[in-house]
Amino acid sequence: MELESLYQEVILDHYKHPANKKLSPDYTAQVHHVNTSCGDEITLNLSLKDGLITQVSWEGVGCSISQASTSIMTDLMIGKNTESALSVLGEFTSLMQSKGLAKGDELVLEDAVALAGVSKFPARIKCALLGWMAFKDAISQSVTQQEK
Amino acid sequence: MTSPIDVAALKRDFAIFDKKMRGGKQLVYLDSGATSQKPRQVLDAERFFYENNNAAVHRGAHLLAEEANEAYEGARQIVADFIGASADETIFTKSATESLNLIAYSFGNSKPGSKFHLKAGDRIVVSEMEHHANLIPWQQLAKRTGAELVWFEISEEGRLDLSKIADVINNRTKIVAITHQSNVLGTINPIQEITQAAKKVGAVVVLDACQSAPHFRIDVKELGIDFLAFSGHKALGPTGVGICWGKGEHLSEMEPFLTGGSMIETVTMTDATWAPAPRKFEAGVPNMAQAVGLAAALNYLSKIEMDRVTEHDALLTEYALSKLVALPGVSVIGPQNGVDRGAVVSFTIDGIHPHDVGQALDGNGIAVRTGHHCAWPLMRKLNLVGTTRASFYIYNDLQDIDILVQSIGEAQKFFGVL
Repeated sequence: MELESLYQEVILDHYKHPANKKLSPDYTAQVHHVNTSCGDEITLNLSLKDGLITQVSWEGVGCSISQASTSIMTDLMIGKNTESALSVLGEFTSLMQSKGLAKGDELVLEDAVALAGVSKFPARIKCALLGWMAFKDAISQSVTQQEK
Repeated sequence: MTSPIDVAALKRDFAIFDKKMRGGKQLVYLDSGATSQKPRQVLDAERFFYENNNAAVHRGAHLLAEEANEAYEGARQIVADFIGASADETIFTKSATESLNLIAYSFGNSKPGSKFHLKAGDRIVVSEMEHHANLIPWQQLAKRTGAELVWFEISEEGRLDLSKIADVINNRTKIVAITHQSNVLGTINPIQEITQAAKKVGAVVVLDACQSAPHFRIDVKELGIDFLAFSGHKALGPTGVGICWGKGEHLSEMEPFLTGGSMIETVTMTDATWAPAPRKFEAGVPNMAQAVGLAAALNYLSKIEMDRVTEHDALLTEYALSKLVALPGVSVIGPQNGVDRGAVVSFTIDGIHPHDVGQALDGNGIAVRTGHHCAWPLMRKLNLVGTTRASFYIYNDLQDIDILVQSIGEAQKFFGVL
């Protein structure tokens, strides 16, 4: 059944036990994003040190797809440098746009490949990308800030 | 109790019910509050117009122009009859949203001295249960003119709190814009009580009838309102056509909203005068085929008889409420019984986000609406991110609700919340 292909166990696990879902007191950048089609919201704190992502924490309300996807993303990004983080993000974005044709590279995307099924449901792609887009925004804000 | 509508027979007019949903499932369409499905008669009427009468109305002296004119003005008469109005007070727009903006912008364009002119100190009244389409035009008009925006709150039960009506609608109030039926709560508002209060202070009442006009008999005179807006596509009609009705005395005094062709009387390089209503408010070549399609839709409803539509809807609503209220982990939003309540039922399920509910139901061929329903302030008031909304119409039957109820149980099992 299609439902199981969309909601893999990994997703439901992350939904029930989200990682890094508590805003850190300090951060390099804080962003707030809203999914205008459904009202889901996320606040994300990002800490950057010498080009390295040291902390990604978040708070928000949303569906299992958005919550699990954000949780997976934070696990993936912490410890990476901005360049490889953005490359992972690019890979995840193309996976979401693959209309169900791509499986995703597990070596790069790890748990995020479980979200491949989302790409078959156009209405849910925005849910899966909510946290990732907030992260991307936070990176660019941090970089601008540090350049100042 | 059985429905006065033979749903199985009627459904044959709607080709979309032949469609196979995911996994080969039958379509259970519970999203008519967003848009209704269209019967063959509506599609045929549009096609007939394009194939036989198509020409730009109100211009040209050829046969097709005459026929197009007749079809378009005939459609206007059918719409007017449907709401108990006269044709020259019935304006075709592209949507109910445009209708409400037409009124708001026209008021905003009025000059000092006009009864529609707004200034600081004047008051516009709305309610907390408004759809964005009947909130934002007024909120922005208030900002542009300096008028004050105030609103009726809602009670815990999800009804309009009219206990402070004399304070809310006071002698500074110029406009009361209110929904006939909430698209989220299903609540049907006591319009006559509001029109009486408005009349006392000389305020006009604008009624958003998007959720009501497709479902029950509307008579603008009985309601005592000044303006009414509804959309064609929620009433079996095509998209791209809405209705704006206004009392003739108002329309003749109002400034136009959109200007251009068709809506003028005379034009020089530096000035223009306006054609009488409704043409004053219909700039450009109008949505003729859609108007004709809407007329066919309203004829379709009138043939069933609106009182039967209402009775059928009430039966489904009562049945759905009784089933959903009894489900563990399910909370119905808004009034818990069918009294003064229309054919939409919003609910939340403990532990499952509305988006996931919608997805799970979709797996069984059920189409519902999920999210904030374009009523963000109401969602905040209710302390909700969103809800799942099932809405019913003439092509639904009790079995559709049984499938919904059963699928909710399956979703609860799937997400492990029961």
